Amino acid sequence: MDLLNTLLEVSGSWSHFGGAVGAGLAAIGAGIGIGQIGKGATEGIARQPEAANDIRGAMILTAAFIEGVALFAVIAGLLAVLK
Amino acid sequence: MGLNGFKCFIVAAFSLFFVFGQNVAFASEEVSAEAAAEHGAAGGEEKFNPGEAILHHIADAHEWHFFTIKKADGSEFHGTLPLPVIVYSPQRGLSMFMSSAFHHGTHAHNGYKIDHGKIVAVDANGNIDESVKVYDFSMTKNVVQMIIALIVLVWLLTSMAKKYAKGQGVNSAPKGLQNAIEPVITFVRDDIAKANLGTKYQKYLPYLLTVFFFILINNIFGLLPGAANVTGNIAFTAMLGIISFFVILFSTNKHYWQHIFWFPGVPLPVKFLMMPVELLGVFTKPFALIVRLFANMTAGHIIILSFISLIFIFTEMSKVAGVAFTPVSIAFAVFIYLIEILVAFIQAYIFTNLTAVFIGGAIGDHHHDEEGHDHH
Repeated sequence: MDLLNTLLEVSGSWSHFGGAVGAGLAAIGAGIGIGQIGKGATEGIARQPEAANDIRGAMILTAAFIEGVALFAVIAGLLAVLK
Repeated sequence: MGLNGFKCFIVAAFSLFFVFGQNVAFASEEVSAEAAAEHGAAGGEEKFNPGEAILHHIADAHEWHFFTIKKADGSEFHGTLPLPVIVYSPQRGLSMFMSSAFHHGTHAHNGYKIDHGKIVAVDANGNIDESVKVYDFSMTKNVVQMIIALIVLVWLLTSMAKKYAKGQGVNSAPKGLQNAIEPVITFVRDDIAKANLGTKYQKYLPYLLTVFFFILINNIFGLLPGAANVTGNIAFTAMLGIISFFVILFSTNKHYWQHIFWFPGVPLPVKFLMMPVELLGVFTKPFALIVRLFANMTAGHIIILSFISLIFIFTEMSKVAGVAFTPVSIAFAVFIYLIEILVAFIQAYIFTNLTAVFIGGAIGDHHHDEEGHDHH
């Protein structure tokens, strides 16, 4: 019956918890996204080895976009922890 | 079948939570306050605070702190390089002095004091004077490292250029450092500039090369132990992003703005939807450039510093644990260091490449732009 009370009595603030969980979720998202890019890129290179350079360039570019978004979330988590 | 079972479990868990959390919930402030006070008292002067130490290493500072040695009698020797402090206040005028006058934040000098890394104006008693506006133009750690990187950049590339002007590397094989720089410049020219800008790459190549090498040199310098975290500073990346924004803006033409305000080739309702989206996109693209570079470099430095801090955290528990954990921590740190070297190159490449992509989008060369389009 006091479950919610007990949960809310956690020492340290909820913003730390939220920030850390948010950063972790962002890491999951980035991992899945970049993993799929890698999968598509390696399959593409396997099908057509001559296009390897173009595919590699596209892969790095797209991975940078996803990493940028994931790091937005990390910065948001960092702000939640620090403020 | 497995998914069904999982769904049942979720429903059960939520129901239990709501059943037992029925009464009014309140956060008891006393318990957490007590815990915080205890933590604070225990973490007085001696306890190692990793969060604070890491943030101190990442942040800018008015003196260049290399190391601190705790001497046997308890006093500390700080191996720091004092840097010039240049402060302007409309009420007080210009003040210039070395940051050694602050004595590592313990003294006020000339009516100014360092408060949490910022320079604040103080009155005669040492209290912070809010009415005096302080504009800080000091040569901080980041500024000095930027200037060093600038000197290295200009000296390296102009000496290369002089060698090429004399014919070495043009009529004969490249010698020495030309072998290292030429492939990089060729890479930026072919894979970044020509690939995205087509025939008009010559106009933008100086800017793209400058941005690439400046970010790269600052990234590499930032990895050296004891160096300043220049590219992980939001103000630095914001300036680079703003400059890129203006370069993109000044290379736009009529077709670009037409695409933004009245997107051709889509149904009419979609045109109205596209306009705010595209207009917002004009600003979010450089913003993403800024945050991407900042977050990547800062995150990398934080990871390296965290692994090193683990040694100190384990030492707090027991000296044996600290000594035993050191090789593990160093191994992790070296591994992350190698990744960070890769990230240094990749982030410089990504910033330059995306700037080139956006400039290419602004030029919009899928039309015939050869006839009298004004590039202001």
